[in-house]
Amino acid sequence: MDVVYFAWVRERIGLPRETVETEAATVADLVQELIAREERYAAAFADLSALRCAVDQELTDFDARLSGAKEVAFFPPMTGG
Amino acid sequence: MQVRVQEEAFLPGAEVDAFIDGKRDMGAVVTFHGIVRDTDAGLRHMEIEHYPAMTTPAIERIAAEARDRWSLGDVLVIHRFGRLAPGDIIMMVATAAPHRADAFAAADFLMDYLKSRAPFWKKEVTSDGAEWVAAKDEDEDALSRWDDMRRAP
Repeated sequence: MDVVYFAWVRERIGLPRETVETEAATVADLVQELIAREERYAAAFADLSALRCAVDQELTDFDARLSGAKEVAFFPPMTGG
Repeated sequence: MQVRVQEEAFLPGAEVDAFIDGKRDMGAVVTFHGIVRDTDAGLRHMEIEHYPAMTTPAIERIAAEARDRWSLGDVLVIHRFGRLAPGDIIMMVATAAPHRADAFAAADFLMDYLKSRAPFWKKEVTSDGAEWVAAKDEDEDALSRWDDMRRAP
């Protein structure tokens, strides 16, 4: 599964995109797997209320299921306009 | 409906002229231009990041929602990314409708949703360093008023 990061999440993790082998059932499970990997993930995901996520380019909640998903994105609240 | 996400600058007058051209059955066109604003900290430039795979579909959904809520003849959204200087035009919205109330309301709705639901992030680079612009609570409050409106009889 491709995992992509934007804005300060990308900067904290140090990567714009990576491929992750995972059996995580939900976005929240994937986050826990990543946090367990390295400190930079723990730093990026320390406060989930400050983050948003999208599965296959659709905004969703952290309890969204990942079955069949190709891409998960993590980013701070958007600031367009 | 036209949605453009681009790095290049655009000419606002030319875009408005082209948008109005040929709209014989529309009585109203409302346009909004967003401009990079200098801050007290001395903004050098702004960096706009976006999520290319998601950006255009997300804006198209927001525009489709606007067309669903109001009687609109056409919608145009242009949003830039990359490096922008104070005074640069960052984005524009145009709405065309038979009547002005629909054109104004739809433009207002589009701006509220583009601020908080289109995948763009702004970083301000000043003489003190660089900082990501945080989303404001007021921006979410601005969205909830449209939910309230939809629920109203």
